[in-house]
Parts: sequence; C-alpha cells; structure tokens
Amino acid sequence: MAIAKRTFDALIIGGGGAGLRAALQLSHANLKVAVVSKVFPTRSHTVSAQGGIAASLGNVSEDNWHWHMYDTVKGSDYLGDQDAIEFMCRQANEAVIELEHFGMPFDRLPNGKIYQRPFGGMTQNYGGAPVMRTCAVADRTGHAMLHTLYQRNIAAKTHFFEEYFAVDLVMDGHGYALGAVALEIESGEPIFIEARATLLATGGAGRIFSATTNALINTGDGLGMALRAGIPLEDMEFWQFHPTGIAGAGVLVTEGVRGEGGYLVNKDGERFMERYAPSAKDLASRDVVSRAMAVEIHEGRGCGKDGDYVELKLDHLGPEVIQHRLPGIRDLSIKFAHVDPIEAPIPVVPTVHYMMGGIPTNLQGQVVMPTTTAPEEAVLGLYAIGECACVSVHGANRLGSNSLLDLIVFGRAAGNHVIEYLKENPFPRPVPDGALDLPMARLSRWDAKRDGITVDELREQMRKTMQRHCGVFRKEEVLQEGVREMLEIAARLPDVMLRDHSKIYNTGRIEALELENLMGVALATMISAAARQESRGAHARDDYPLRDDDNWLKHTLYFSEGHRLDYKPVRLKPLTVEPFKPKARVY
Amino acid sequence: MRFSIYRYNPETDSKPHMQDYELDIEAGNMMLLDAILLLKAQDETLSVRRSCREGVCGSDAMNINGRNGLACVTPLSGLKQPIELRPLPGQPVVRDLVVDLSQFYKQYRSIKPYLINNEPEPEIERLQSPEDREKLDGLYECILCACCSTACPSFWWNPDKFVGPAGLLQAYRFIADTRDQATNERLDNLEDPYRLFRCHSIMTCVDVCPKGLNPTGAIGKIKEMLVKRTV
Repeated sequence: MAIAKRTFDALIIGGGGAGLRAALQLSHANLKVAVVSKVFPTRSHTVSAQGGIAASLGNVSEDNWHWHMYDTVKGSDYLGDQDAIEFMCRQANEAVIELEHFGMPFDRLPNGKIYQRPFGGMTQNYGGAPVMRTCAVADRTGHAMLHTLYQRNIAAKTHFFEEYFAVDLVMDGHGYALGAVALEIESGEPIFIEARATLLATGGAGRIFSATTNALINTGDGLGMALRAGIPLEDMEFWQFHPTGIAGAGVLVTEGVRGEGGYLVNKDGERFMERYAPSAKDLASRDVVSRAMAVEIHEGRGCGKDGDYVELKLDHLGPEVIQHRLPGIRDLSIKFAHVDPIEAPIPVVPTVHYMMGGIPTNLQGQVVMPTTTAPEEAVLGLYAIGECACVSVHGANRLGSNSLLDLIVFGRAAGNHVIEYLKENPFPRPVPDGALDLPMARLSRWDAKRDGITVDELREQMRKTMQRHCGVFRKEEVLQEGVREMLEIAARLPDVMLRDHSKIYNTGRIEALELENLMGVALATMISAAARQESRGAHARDDYPLRDDDNWLKHTLYFSEGHRLDYKPVRLKPLTVEPFKPKARVY
Repeated sequence: MRFSIYRYNPETDSKPHMQDYELDIEAGNMMLLDAILLLKAQDETLSVRRSCREGVCGSDAMNINGRNGLACVTPLSGLKQPIELRPLPGQPVVRDLVVDLSQFYKQYRSIKPYLINNEPEPEIERLQSPEDREKLDGLYECILCACCSTACPSFWWNPDKFVGPAGLLQAYRFIADTRDQATNERLDNLEDPYRLFRCHSIMTCVDVCPKGLNPTGAIGKIKEMLVKRTV
C-alpha cells in the first residue's frame, strides 16, 4: 500500500506541556520539527492542571532547591531516582522564570513577583513547616501554561499535525527510531512521518480505570507504541489517587484548596487528617491523605446516605479568597457537585489521577532499556517526556505541582539533547523493507474484522476490572484474580470489531486504536502490582503493610512479550549532593 | 429522553439530515456529554469531539437547542426535548457535529497571540503588580472553543476578514498586559474596516461564552484605544 511520507528533523508525538516545551526548544534551534497531536494542542490534558508548578523561588517564604529535593525524594517513598530529582529541583527556578518570560500570566505578590502557595508535602528545612513553593495562575495554572507554550510555538512557527493519531513507531533493525506512522483523523489516510529523532509526549492513561480525573483522551498511546516496539514500562503499579475528586463526577478539585486553608471532614465534622498526619494534616502527601480518606469511609465515618465520600470544607476561607484564588473550583463544584463552596463543603473521594510509571528514560529524556550486552542502553533517536515517561522523579508517589515542573524541565532537557544528537546524526537512516508493516497491519486489522463484540463493551469490562482489583488498598487474592481477569479480557481483543468502517473523521476507529493501547497499560499495571509484595507510596497492600527496602527498593520493568517482569536498582546517588537515605516516612 | 441530531457523513450522504435518538435515562445530575457518550456507545458512527469533559479544553462546543455551548457543562435537566444538536453554525461541516475550525484558528494566529517584549530578559521574573495582573482576568481564561465566533453573524459573513470575538479578546489580552511592548503594532494590525470594525456590538458572543467572558467589552476597549490614539 502506498503511503504519503513527510520528513522532519524531529517528530514530537503529543501536544501537551512536555511536547510543546520540547518543540519550542527545537524550533528555536532552527530545526524542522513536527508536532503530531490527536487533538488541537490546547485541548491536551495539561489544560486541566489546576494548582500550580513547584519551584523554590522563595518569593513568600525562605526556600532552596535542596529542601525541594528532599521533599520530592521523601514524597516518592524513596523510589525516585535521586540524580533525576536533583536535576529537576535545581532547574525549577530557571524553568519557571522562563515561562514567565514567555508570557504566562502568573498571579502576583504585592512586590510584583510570582505568587506562591503551600502544597502537600512541600516543606522548609527538610520536613519542617509548610513552605509556599507552588507558583500559581489562580486555579488554572495548566491552562495558562499550555496556552502560553502553544502561543510561543505559533511565534516559533512550529509545524503542527493537528488531529493526527500516531499509530506506531517505525524502527530499523539496528535499534534506531526512524519516525512514526500516523493517521490523519479527518481523511482517514495514514502518513509516514520520517524523523531522525522521535519524542513521545503522549501523557497519561487514567482511562484504564472507571473513576478518574483524566480526560477521555488519556489512553496511554505512547505507552502502547513503546510496548509494541519491545520497550518495557517502568513502575506501572504506582498510580496516584488524588484525594479530592468530586464524588460521582471524578472531576478534580485542586490540592490548592487545602493549600489555601481548606480541610477534609468526616460525617462527624471531625478534621480527621489530624489523626493520620499530626504535623502536615491536610497537606500530607497525596497517598497518605487518600488512604486516610479510604479508611474513614471504610470504617463508617463517610458522609451522605451511603457514607461513601468525605467533605472538603472551604467556606471558612471567605468569598474573597475563593473568588480570587479558586474561581475555577467554585465553578466546577457548582456545576458538578451542585454545591457552592462559599456556603457548603464539596463531596470528594480519592480518584485515579496520575501515572508515576511510564517509559524508562535517562536525564536527557532518552528511552533506555536493558540489552544483551549492558544493563541499560539508550534506544537511539527515541525520547520520552512528561507523564508518559518514567525518569523517575516521582517514584512511588508524586507531590502535587511537581508534574507541571517535570513537563518543562524534561521537555527542555530532551530538546537540548536532540539538538546535539541531530548534529551527530545529520542524515536520515535508510528505512528497511517492511519497517512499516507493523503499523499498517494494525490499521488494516480493524477493517478485516466484520463481526464480534464492540469497543465500548470490552473497554468497560477492562475499566471495571482495574477499578475493582487495583484500588487504593490492594491484596494478594484480589490482585491475582485481577491478573486472571485482565488476561482473559486482553485475550478477547481480537474479537472486537468496528461497526463503522468509513474513513472521514471516524472517531470509532480512533477509539478502537486507543483500546489496544489501554489494554497494554492495564496489563502492565495489574501484573506489576500483583508482583510487588510491599507497601510503598501509592501502592498500598493490606497483606504487606510495610515498606520493604531490603527486597523492594527497586524499579519494576514490565515487558509485554510473555508479560515478563524484570527489576533495576533505584539510583540513590544524586548528581552532586549527599544522598537522602531511606527512613520512615512521617507527615 | 429524546434527541434530534444533525448527521452528515460526506462519504455516504448526499446531504445532511436530522436523526432521532432515544435514551432510557433520567436526567438527574447528568451533563449533555454523558448522554452523547451513551448514544455513541449505541451508534458508533456518531462523530463528535470531546476531551476533558469538565469545560476547560473547549473540544465539545456545539449548537444545543439553537444556542452554542459546551456539551460537558450543559446539564441535561435544563434542556427542552427533543434536544436538538447541530454543529457550530457558519463553519464547514467535516462530519456530524465536527466542524472545520481552520478559519477560526487562522484569525487567532493573525493577532500574534504571544507576548512581545524586546528588552533584555532579566534573571528573575518581569515584575507586575497584582493590580496590573488583574487586568488580564476575564481575558486569559479563553479556551478557544469557538462558541462565540461561530455565534457571530459578522464572523459568518466574513470569516476570512473579520478577526471575530475570540481572536479580538486575545488581542486585547496582550494589549492589556503591562509586560507587552507591541501595543501600537497590535492596534495597527486591527485598524481596518473588517478586522475589528465588523463588530456591531450585538453581544451574542457574551451571551454564549461558556467561561463567562466578555469579548464585546474587550473589543470596545480596543476601539476606545484607537480613538484615543488619533486625537
């Protein structure tokens, strides 16, 4: 089958914060860069980020990157790689100042500097008093950041392939990435985009669960592409449950609400976090707060007639603070919970929010994996950044406001590395015969099948199974049952058929391709979770309630071939400073 | 619950038609998008854009019972049945509820929607007082959903020449930003019988904006600045 071909220096798959930050770096270097995005870039999920972006600017309270680094290492439950965490926290100030220079409309302090607010797990002096580190644009920080980055890319004349769905990576026999095949959604025609460097920036995959704060587009497309190219996924058992998703709707309520002074109460009106985290209380890290909420609900102290949620109280902050600092939250609460938070508390439940794991990379964003000759080597010409990557700065639990930071620090770092890599690799490598077979077969499979079950049916089974078997608290029998069920569900994937075989703007076809990606991510998650017999960060086991550093201070690697697991050591040595040694984690 | 939805697939249909659907559901606290997703599960061929499902990404703008809005933040309970869904008006239809927004995006790009400041970059942030920052409230929150521009008759008639409310709102967002130094060029760029002055202040843009923004107000301020500049 003939296929159109376009050639660029670099190809970025994903138009969210990480992809657009990397694109900007490359466009500024006068490289020919293509951004492929399945939605118009400002519709990417970065737009939903609310509370802010962390940087130790110290505009309000004394701060430095060492403290930020300590908090991030502790927040990760010591699974985060300390070299990557040092790298990110050191660069945070510069990266945020750069966003301000790009035009991002940060809230301001009376002295004209960027406004900062407290956030969970962010402290002064290595675990002391809460620090005001999170730079905010009201409660719309992600929106402001994504639009600013898109606007800079307009100025930089970045080439966008809007509403193109990336199907698969194109690799050669020597392990180099040569670009990707994408489907133009409007015409239904495939296209081969050739590039000497390919960056995956496809975001998260929260849609493997029934209840998630994630957008409908968060289907793990880059992770699916990596798995099909034989690349493993790292630490997929670690999924963050955000404490405050609106009960029933799943819509996110920023931790910034608690940063501004809001707190959680149970049906007795008790501020229960005081019992679980006497010092940080409602600003303990997210895994700690979510577990406390789950315990309150489980032990019968939940609110409402079914006792299945707790309440987030913020009316005491007064209309002024709510309207000025949290206007978006008020709006969402009125729309989705039918509650005006100026008058009454918001019903909330822990809700799947963020994937700490992802495609393994080094500090430059290069995808790395074990080879026959070395424990870890870079896949040449292939990069991953943002939520789809695991570098790993978030380890077993991400701190709020570190994800937007991750996007820009590693988006920029990967961009810089690509610039050097392209100098050393000035010419496209030959595309071997058959290199496009995998993506083209993947596409034609959906037109060949004419009877079977629907995409929606299998997807909903998968989501229910993940929700039931891989929740806030996990245990052996439930996880093993989950693995069995997921293997059965995944085995039915070949039975799924499309009812609509038309070409033009066929969203059913896109959802089918997304389902294949979701399935890979769900399997990786369930199988990695069932294997880890300890509690660490977001992975909490009833039957193994303690962290086990002797046996489990290591990263999981899941390979789709044979559903094989492997492990690699945590990088405990920072770049320049002394390591933070694992110790008991108390908030 | 009854729906009447605009259907058009250029591969098979010679012209568009309205198709009736029924769903056996209670409106309860459901949003219109929830119902559309249920319909989509029944009828895979129905095409619609959607992403965040909470009113911040701007994907699922459509014409709902004659009025532009976002399906994901429109409560089902307030809608008269049969709920009539059509694509955003005045734009080429790609398929069903999906329209081609090329002109809309082109007009947005035409106002240079990025900060222009030619001073050397300081090592720290460019300072801005809270009062100056407040001037951007009600402007920067635009989600580019196109509800406003596609509700504007002036944009229907001259989508290639009139910037439209969304683009003009963003033009003013940068004019109002104390960090931006290109006010004069920005005004030059708009001083044109079509680009700015096709706005006749009928305020449908304000009426339909799902974020409660006021493009007409911003356009008025640009016009005021142009007048002041000439005297």
